[in-house]
Parts: sequence; C-alpha cells; structure tokens
Amino acid sequence: MDQLLSKIAINDGHGENSAFFDGWKAYDSDPYHPTQNPDGVIQMGLAENQLSFDFVEEWVRNNPKASICTEQGANDFRDIAIFQDYHGFPEFRNAVARFMEKVRGNRVRFDPDRIVMSGGATGAQETLAFCLADPGEALLVPTPYYPANDRDLTWRTGIKLLPVICESSNNFKITSSALESAYNKAQESNIKVKGLLLNNPSNPLGTVLDKQTLTESLNFTNNKNIHLICDEIYSATVFSKPDFISIAEIIEENPNCNRELIHIVYSLSKDLGFPGFRVGIIYSYNDSVTNCARKMSSFGLVSTQTQHLIASMLSDEVFLDRFIVESSKRLGNRHSVLVKELARVGIESLKSNAGLYCWMDLRRLLKEFTFEAEMELWRVIVNEVKLNVSPGSSFHCSEPGWFRVCFANMDDETLMVALKRIHKFVIQSKGINVVNEVPNSRKQYRRNNKLEINLSFRRLDGIMMEPHKMSPHSPMSSPLVRART
Amino acid sequence: MAIEIEKPRVSLSKVALSETHGEDSPYFAGWKAYDENPYDELNNPSGVIQMGLAENQLAANSGRSSTSSFRENALFQDYHGLQSFRKAMASFMEQIRGGRAKFDPDRIVITAGATAANELLTFILADPGDALLIPTPYYPGFDRDLRWRTGVNIIPVHCQSSNNFEISPQALEAAYNEAESKNIKVKGLLITNPSNPLGATIKRSNLQKILKFVTCKNIHLISDEIYSGSSFSCDEFVSISQILAEQNYKDSERVHVVYSLSKDLGLPGFRVGTIYSYNDDVVRTARRMSSFTLISSQTQQLLASMLSDKRFTENYIRVNRERLKKRYEMIIDGLRNAGISCLNGNAGLFCWMNLSSLLLEPTMECELELWKLILYEVRLNISPGSSCHCLEPGWFRVCFANMNEKTLEIALSRIHDFMDRMRKVKISLQ
Repeated sequence: MDQLLSKIAINDGHGENSAFFDGWKAYDSDPYHPTQNPDGVIQMGLAENQLSFDFVEEWVRNNPKASICTEQGANDFRDIAIFQDYHGFPEFRNAVARFMEKVRGNRVRFDPDRIVMSGGATGAQETLAFCLADPGEALLVPTPYYPANDRDLTWRTGIKLLPVICESSNNFKITSSALESAYNKAQESNIKVKGLLLNNPSNPLGTVLDKQTLTESLNFTNNKNIHLICDEIYSATVFSKPDFISIAEIIEENPNCNRELIHIVYSLSKDLGFPGFRVGIIYSYNDSVTNCARKMSSFGLVSTQTQHLIASMLSDEVFLDRFIVESSKRLGNRHSVLVKELARVGIESLKSNAGLYCWMDLRRLLKEFTFEAEMELWRVIVNEVKLNVSPGSSFHCSEPGWFRVCFANMDDETLMVALKRIHKFVIQSKGINVVNEVPNSRKQYRRNNKLEINLSFRRLDGIMMEPHKMSPHSPMSSPLVRART
Repeated sequence: MAIEIEKPRVSLSKVALSETHGEDSPYFAGWKAYDENPYDELNNPSGVIQMGLAENQLAANSGRSSTSSFRENALFQDYHGLQSFRKAMASFMEQIRGGRAKFDPDRIVITAGATAANELLTFILADPGDALLIPTPYYPGFDRDLRWRTGVNIIPVHCQSSNNFEISPQALEAAYNEAESKNIKVKGLLITNPSNPLGATIKRSNLQKILKFVTCKNIHLISDEIYSGSSFSCDEFVSISQILAEQNYKDSERVHVVYSLSKDLGLPGFRVGTIYSYNDDVVRTARRMSSFTLISSQTQQLLASMLSDKRFTENYIRVNRERLKKRYEMIIDGLRNAGISCLNGNAGLFCWMNLSSLLLEPTMECELELWKLILYEVRLNISPGSSCHCLEPGWFRVCFANMNEKTLEIALSRIHDFMDRMRKVKISLQ
C-alpha cells in the first residue's frame, strides 16, 4: 500500500533523516544519570528552559483556581470544556498580549484581537507559510537557522526556503548585501520570493538583532513588497545587554512602512518553559492574514484548559515581573559559567546575550575545514565524549566547525560533569593533528556533501517504545520526536 | 492637500484567498443569527435557540487532579503523546465498543481535535487534485477540513431517503465512476459512523459491503467514529474495527479510524483528537505530522487519569447513552405531535427532520426560504440539509443535546405553533 500514500507522506519533508538526529539516538540509547549511568550521554542538543520551574510550581500551588482539576477550580470545568471558539478566551488573549508587552519593556502595545492561536510555534510557522506563499514560492532565511524550519515551513505547504548566507567574519550578522544576493539568486532561478523570516533572538546564535539590521530588513522587505516574519520565541531569554528590540518597536519608528507585511510568531515554549502545552501565537498586522490564520487555527487550537491556566498565570503581574527577572538572571549565570569554562580550554563561542544555548567555535579542532571533518568531530563528541551537541551543518551554517550547545535543560551538577568532559577532551585532542589557524576566507575550505545517515525508522520507533533509563535531569525521551527542539 | 499613495497590496497565497474555508455557508449564517440574538430563559426568552450545535452537555463531567509533577508535564512535547494517555484512550475506545474490538495504544496518534485528524489523514492519503468519496448528507465542516489546505477534492456519494440514506454499493460505484470520468484519482472513502447529520449507525451488512468496495478499488477507508459513544445502546453501533477483528485484520492496512472526545465526553474545548491506523506507514507519518497539532500535555494528563478510571468511564458511557436516548425520544415525540416525521435514529446528538412537505417546490431555494423562516421567525437555529450536501431538499438537522430540558420544551412548542400556522396557511390557500 506504500504507493497509495501521498507524495507528502512518502518524501523526506518530515526532516528526520538529517544527521542532526543521530545524536538523539545516541542519547536515547545511553542517557546520562548521575548515579545509575554516570558515563551516559549528556543531552546538550535540547533548547529547553528548565531553570525556573520552582517559581512556576509555587505559583500553581498558590493558585488552585487556575486549574480546573482542583476543588477550587472544578466549578469552571464545564464552561471551559465546551468553549471551542477559535477566537480563544478573551482573558487568554489579553494576558498573552500584556505579557508580550511586558517582555518588550512596555515600549509597544499589542492588540489582543490580533492574537491568533496555533499548535505551538511549529503550527504558527506553517500556518503563516500557508497564508503567505503558494507551492514553489520561497521564503528567505538567514543562516544558520533552526533545523526544523525546513519541515515546519515547507513539508505540507510545498514552499521553498532559500538561505541568506551569514558569515563568522562579521559574527554572522545579516547584511544588506547578503539579503540582496539571496533575493537576486532567487530571481535568476525564477523563484518568486514571498518573504523573509527572521529569528530574533536567534537560534542558534543566541544574539539579538540590532536596530540597524532590523531597520534594514524592514526596508528590504518593504522595497521588494514581500512579507517580514519575525519569530520572537526567545524574546524573554535575554540575560544581558544589548536589549532585545522587537520588530514591533521598529515599525513604530518607521510609520511609513507597510504594516500589512509584518507578522510575529511567538510561543510560551522557551520563555516560560512550557513546550508541552502547545501555546503558539501568530500576531499579524495584516487583517486578512489575521482572519485567515484564525480560521486555520481550527487545525491547532490551544486546549481551553491550558488557555485558562495561562490566562490566570500571565495576568499575575507580580509573579511575571519576578519570573522574568529571575529567569534572566539564572540563564545569564548558566551562560557565563559555560562560556568561562569553555574559554579555559581555549574554546571560544560567539558573543551572545540570549537564548538557551551557545554557538561554540570548534574550528581549531577540525582535521580540515570541511563539513565531513565537522561530522567526524561531532561523532567523536557524541560517541566518545558523550555529549549530544548539535553540528552547525544541521543549521545550514555556511562554514564548518560551529556547534550549538544548550545549557538550560539540566541541573548545575550535570553541567559540571559536561564541562569536565569537554576539558578532558580538548586537552587530549591537543595531542592529535588539528588545524591551528582559523581560515579567513571561505575559499580555504571546501564544502563536501553533507553525510546523510540513514536511520531505520522502525528501529527508532522501537527505541521509543522500549522503556528505557531516563536521566532525571532530562526527563524527556528523544527530542527526535519533539515538536520543537 | 495631502496626496494619498495607495500602498501596494501584497498578495496572499491562493489557499488564503480561496473560499474553501467554508464560512459562507448557511450553516454558519445561523450561528451569526444566534450570536446576535441568543435565547436566554430570563434575559431573552424570545431569542434564537441554538439547535445547530452538535454538543453533548447532558452528562456530568468530573475533573481529576494530576499526579505527575507540573514541570515534567509542562516539558513533555513528545509527539508520541503520554503513554498513559494513549493507554487510557485505547481502553475507552474498547469500552465504547463493548470490548468487541481491541486497540493498541501504540497505534494511537494524537491531534488537536478530529478537525486536525481528518485534515492530517487527507494530507497523508491524497495528493492535491485527488479525491475522497464522502456519502451525503455529510458534516459541513468536511468541505474545509478535507479540502482547504490539502487541495484534495470531495466527490459525494449520494444517498436517498427512499432507503433511509443508507450507503449502497450502487451509489459508491456511481461516485467512483463519476470521478474516473473526470480523470480524478479517488484515494479513499470517508464514512462517519454513527452518521452526522443522520443520527444513525451504519448497519453491519453495509459496513461489510463498504469494506469490500474499498478493497476492490484498492483505496483507503477513513471511519470517523466521533459519535461512537453517543449511540443509544452499545449493541446498535458496529465499528469498522469490529469487522476487521472478525476477519483477523485481513485488508486492514487501508483502514484508519478517527476519534475525538468532543462529542462523547462533551469536551470540545480541550482539542482531543486521535487517528488510529492499521497501517504502520500511516501511523509513523501521522505521528510526525502531528507536530503541527499536538494535544496539550496538561490535557493529556487530565484525561489519562479520567479515562483510566474504568468505573467512571463505564458509568459515564452508560448514563450518557441513557440520557441521549431519553432526549431523542422527547424530541421525536414532540415533533410527531407537531406533525413532523424524522429519520429513524439511534445515535448522535441530533435528529434528521423531514420538512419536505412544507416546501412549495422541492428545490434548494425553497428549502433555504423555509430555513430562513424558521431561523428568523420561529427563532430556532437548525441546519438545512443543503449545507450538508443532501440531494433531496427539505431535510434539516436538529440538535437536542446542547440545552436543558426546559429549553427543548420551549423549542418544541415553538415548532408546534409554527406547524399550526403553516397548516392554517395551507388550508387558506386551498
């Protein structure tokens, strides 16, 4: 019956054949545990924010009415259970709008009537792609970018993603010339570009876009009359200067811009650490897009039970103010510990001030400046050093040697163990033949074909189904199967 | 004097601009009328009574507190879904079928509602331009759910009142041939069992014929069993899963069952849908695709608790069936007293009412005129058969489970008075 499935069902658009997921597999089959499996693989490929749950749990305990499963909240059960209006609860939309404003220092206002729900940011991205582009048309995306963009934006929509190449020589900034170059390349290939997708703060870079870049992007998209989608999912993970600047602020400073081209994607998965609750938000300044996305939200509404909890939680200003400050502080501390310890063994990472990860520079450890060498190094890190970090090639990075390492999804002790292992590995590898000089031109290394590792899906499914040892520090099973990593 | 420069309108996708979202149908115009003038016992006794909403508010729902930590639950985004939830769902589905079919929790794929489940299956089973066959009359939402973003067509399998709208092999063949003649590739047949809007289960013999048809044509069969727990008695409902079990799952690779808790448990807000497929490739692909539409882990946790309480679920299923049956009998009696006949029903949250005798001419236009009259003068929001693609004008779906008894009595008395008036008008015309 295989030939009787659709092309979409049979193609690779689901994205799970990428080498990116081999690391998960290694973690799944051998997960670290401080006492039961101290030599296991430590999960550093998962961009999750687990540092501030104590705050949230305290709030949940103190607010039983926010849960419909408690004595205090059960009276609301029925009304909440039968509400299926795709507009969502007004209290929910108001609370989300206010939260988004707070995260932006109340420098902008968000209209609750423009808040549209989706099945996580995963659903939001796909819905926007459906609304803004036809099959065969394209969105430009600066590299390196979040791997699942390929699946989220192109799998069922049939659109293409075209890279805007960013380089380490200027800290991966998005330049006007890179934008123009990507756009022109598309024109030459007869591909219609419908928009530009920015991720700010950036995954995997951990940096925020500065005013100049944002304004240039706005001008670029306005001039070409194409859409500008800003995925601001990490907006509350900024822990040091410079401040986060939202596209919402830029458009206020550029009143002549065409607002109908601007759309923001948001979610509570990263800032609050609630990926399981599937709270995705589309905020568009374009009425037609808002209306269309709202209709499409029927395919991915937020459970009213969750809307109710979130509405309560996000209306508690005192809690939010404390949470935002404390979460930032904890992320900042984690980040500086990681960066400091990496520096001690000569590993630099891109200077960053946001996100749940570092963009680590391991170019000095490559045997040669190729993606093959990057994959080889990565396999060593996963299989021998036992750390699941993510290779830059899976983020479509144009240069080999960069790795994303997550730091917010584990406790302090586990992080220490991970750092010890990194120290040991680097010291040991100074004995092997590594490249000592970092090239200053892309021509100095060649890009080989990315190695694809064919995964047997039945085996993977088999692994998933088996009960296996779980590290209490990363209580989840393989992020292969996560909606968003 | 300022010169206004028109900002160039940037284009949206064809999908965004199309009307396949379906919201212009009269099905929804009735909602709007209700929204603008909703009935309320005290504050608006002459408002529109909502009878277009297939919701089950009859049975009591109870909440259970969660056992796993908040943190673990909030972090859980595995697209397999909580194992405890899948187990509980499988067991609930088995209970509904009186234990006559077994469900493997590992074949359960979670989606945010049956809306998402149906769209997802369509993406997996058909390419743009292909078609699904659907017996008429059918749930109006299918036009959007199955066609809008997928680009897949619906070819109706027309069913007639002369044989109680049962799905006949001839009707199936006719629809299939129609597709062939238009060079459209049919990829599957979607049945809703129990049927919306008919409020009746599909007979075992018909299910067997349907299975034979799809096997012979080598196409898929989607069985939307969202009302399975709303049949008035356990024995009346036969699921395709039972038929498959009886034949040792031969030819089962083409069968996929859609389920949800929105109707049977009255929890439409929670967005709990599932796809149960006997095809490994479909399960795997559907699971991956469910990333776009997972069930909130908070809700999975709650329902895992609730549905694994076998005493609660057995009791609930039984009480729910009894109350629905009682409500159905009440509305049927009331309609009969008003001189209105309905299709014999045995399931669902609605009855399929025949007002064809009131039509001046047996046309869709006359049906819509009658519908407007009922909506704006009698102030009842019922759904016209044409919005369900019924071939024969004059049939209406009337929901009865989304209100209390008192409100239903009022609705019935309005209908009674209306029929009285119509009879007098007819007499005076003669």
